[in-house]
Amino acid sequence: MILGLSRSWSVSGYLIAAIITLPLIAIIAQALVPDEAVFSHLLETVLPTYIANTLLLMFWVCLGSLLIAIPAAWLVAKCNFPGRNIFQWALLLPLAMPAYVVAYVYTDLLDYAGPLQKLLRELFVWQSPQDYYFPEVRSLGGASLMLALVLFPYIYLLARTTFMEQSSSLQHASRVMGCGPWRSFWRLSLPMARPALAVGVALVAMETAADFATVSYFAVPTLTTAVYDTWLEYGSLSAAAKLSAIMLLVVFSMIGFERFARRKQQLFQKQTGVNQDERYLLKGGNAYLASGYCWLLLFFSFLLPFMILFHYAWGYFEQSWSSEFWEYSLNSLYISAIVSVIAVFIGVLLMFIRRISPRKSDLLPSRLSSTGYALPGTVLAIGILVPLTYLDFAVNDLYEYLGYRGPGLIFTGSVFVLIFAFCIRFSAIAIGSVESSYKRISPSLDMAAITMGLKPKALLCRVHLPLLRKGIFAGLLLVFIECMKELPAALLLRPVGFENLATYVYQFVSDEQLEHGALAAIVIVLVGLVPLIYLNRSLEQES
Amino acid sequence: MKIARSLSILGLVCLTSAANAAEKLTVYSYRQAFLIDPILENFTKETGVDVEVVFSKKGIAERMVREGRLSPADIVLTSDFSRLMELVDKNLVVPASSEVLNNNIPAKFRSPDDSWYSLTMRVRNVYSSKERLGKLAIDYEDLADPKYMGKICTRSGKHPYNISLVASMIAHHGEAETRSWLEGVKANLARKPQGNDRAQVKAVKEGLCDIAIGNSYYLGKMLQDPKQVPWAESVEINFPNQANRGSHINVSGMALAKYAPNKENAIKLMEYLSGDEAQKAYAEVNYEYPINADVNPSELVASWGGFKADSLPIFKLAEYHKAAVKLLDQVKFDL
Repeated sequence: MILGLSRSWSVSGYLIAAIITLPLIAIIAQALVPDEAVFSHLLETVLPTYIANTLLLMFWVCLGSLLIAIPAAWLVAKCNFPGRNIFQWALLLPLAMPAYVVAYVYTDLLDYAGPLQKLLRELFVWQSPQDYYFPEVRSLGGASLMLALVLFPYIYLLARTTFMEQSSSLQHASRVMGCGPWRSFWRLSLPMARPALAVGVALVAMETAADFATVSYFAVPTLTTAVYDTWLEYGSLSAAAKLSAIMLLVVFSMIGFERFARRKQQLFQKQTGVNQDERYLLKGGNAYLASGYCWLLLFFSFLLPFMILFHYAWGYFEQSWSSEFWEYSLNSLYISAIVSVIAVFIGVLLMFIRRISPRKSDLLPSRLSSTGYALPGTVLAIGILVPLTYLDFAVNDLYEYLGYRGPGLIFTGSVFVLIFAFCIRFSAIAIGSVESSYKRISPSLDMAAITMGLKPKALLCRVHLPLLRKGIFAGLLLVFIECMKELPAALLLRPVGFENLATYVYQFVSDEQLEHGALAAIVIVLVGLVPLIYLNRSLEQES
Repeated sequence: MKIARSLSILGLVCLTSAANAAEKLTVYSYRQAFLIDPILENFTKETGVDVEVVFSKKGIAERMVREGRLSPADIVLTSDFSRLMELVDKNLVVPASSEVLNNNIPAKFRSPDDSWYSLTMRVRNVYSSKERLGKLAIDYEDLADPKYMGKICTRSGKHPYNISLVASMIAHHGEAETRSWLEGVKANLARKPQGNDRAQVKAVKEGLCDIAIGNSYYLGKMLQDPKQVPWAESVEINFPNQANRGSHINVSGMALAKYAPNKENAIKLMEYLSGDEAQKAYAEVNYEYPINADVNPSELVASWGGFKADSLPIFKLAEYHKAAVKLLDQVKFDL
């Protein structure tokens, strides 16, 4: 681009990137501090189990999500059957469910005291747990299933889009060569969807690694819970930082995997979508099967948990409809609102610099700033508290040096720390959202604007912003719902006396009485539904 | 002149914020805020001092270490004894030294150097199924008896309440014997340790097990929740070891934070919490045994009958805390 962009733009870009990568650096620095043998003790005793659990969990969740999502995605993309139009968006709904809420609901249903086992006992006249076998819900397998049930939509969404975009001429060719739907799925659609599936798997794996509440509810120790416990129970920040570093290794290798997969994806991108008449028209038994499968999936991943949640909330409405409920809802809403505005601001600024800067090096800030999302909440919390505590003490020391009473913990002791953490974690989402919107604005527009004498600021405000509206709105929504749901960071960083909906709901889950917090959980789900439906609609309009 | 004026304004701001702070107390609490909120509201009404409670299940000590001299905490409330010890070990508390506290709280329920105080007492009870076992005269030692094979439910062994119980076993029987006891109990478990104390009683109601280990006040609290009433009504509450040393008791407690910004008011609140009014509230609302001998347990709690408590001084348990955790790991109690 020919536009001369003043240094101050790049400097602000680098500044933002530096702030966002600060926690990462802090963790590495803290991990190098000796920790009085806590880490070596962990390594000798429990750490191998934690690592094995984490990897196994990631493996099972990814496998489970793939198995659930691919058939659904293929059916919706390539076939016509009753209900297809509903499933197209409805299968995204589980994303709005916090996994620990689903876990709680299913534990209630499936454990020994639950209605299912009770029914079985009555039917078969079993007396005690020794009389029959029933899989333990609170186990690694159970946790994998729960997480797969809420995370599969990531893969579903990506797979569906790829299946839809797959060139119809290839499809025709395969038909001409005598491939039926099955063969063409195995030999054509699936291999071609591999890059997109890899991206989805990487996302699911990252979310799994970051999960805290589900595994701690199921008493399955993983690296995330280990970071939490090592920090809070053993009281060793450095040992926790060392664990975090291990975890980052796992997460970054996932990202590397994703990048690697996406490199190949370029090859397939420029192809046209499927037309209505090219879908297989399912009839009779097949149509029922397809429809039934999607209904079952929707039922177990969303409808059933949501109905039970509603039932809880109904029964405990009096206790739940309290002033606290309102206060915490407001806390969640205003924090999420502030964070989404800041994150989108960062996203627009960084992508603008990247777009119009003539310097190659100005690519770096937006790349660096996207790493924040890779830090699981617990790890991020450590990475933030270390530098901000230093800052707090520095400020107070300065005050006292000047002879004043210090202001106290203004950074780590206020909502600042939460907002800061959320911005770091979720800016990547806003950046991605703005980025994809920018791709649709032709560079010739910029050139025309510059020819007409527009300065960078005017170019941004008068040309780009109006055209980026959709991406900005999507970014705002996505960041907003992530902030509403984010638990571990909120749990560890919340200041004195502060609760939001997520911490409030989790408190009831860990006390085994979600009934009292069901209303709050419903609010989280409902707030999450709005952006999902909106985003899906705009996705459909594009294709 | 200008500088002097702005400095004086700044000073004024600092002063007023300091004055405001003096009328506000910050309590870090391992106990859920709603348990103590009504009590604190009364305190505010009487003294005009606002109290803000921060509840956290874990990590309060860690937080105070990090906050150091800038910590806003005045008082820490804990739900069990080992947390009090943790605060002492990490040098986060200072002696409160108050005549009133010493009068209200019996010597065996406070630290010899005044650095911590108990507030309420709870028994680690053994609940038994009304239908299948009835009322039992049981000892903790019996929980390892093979006749209860597959019949016992408990929460995680590493929960502070259970660690305390194990520590008391070590105090009375030594490590080797406690280890084989733990192995025996583990062999008798109906399922992997999980859930909280209420969940164990629920499991008895459902027939998953016949015996549940749980704190005394949970029975009272379950009777307050319509969904949980049937659970509570399905069990008998038993006070173990009545024929010998008495039942294991644990305490909830409080301590004065080392860097408490408002020590004077903090001690006032501590005194209030140990006084008749607050103790009565603890007894009536939370069904715990008041530490203050002048206050009676609630009617419901009294209806469970009197009991003999283990005479081992509570701070003796601290010595065996680490050993207890180690033993629980060694026998893989939770796995």
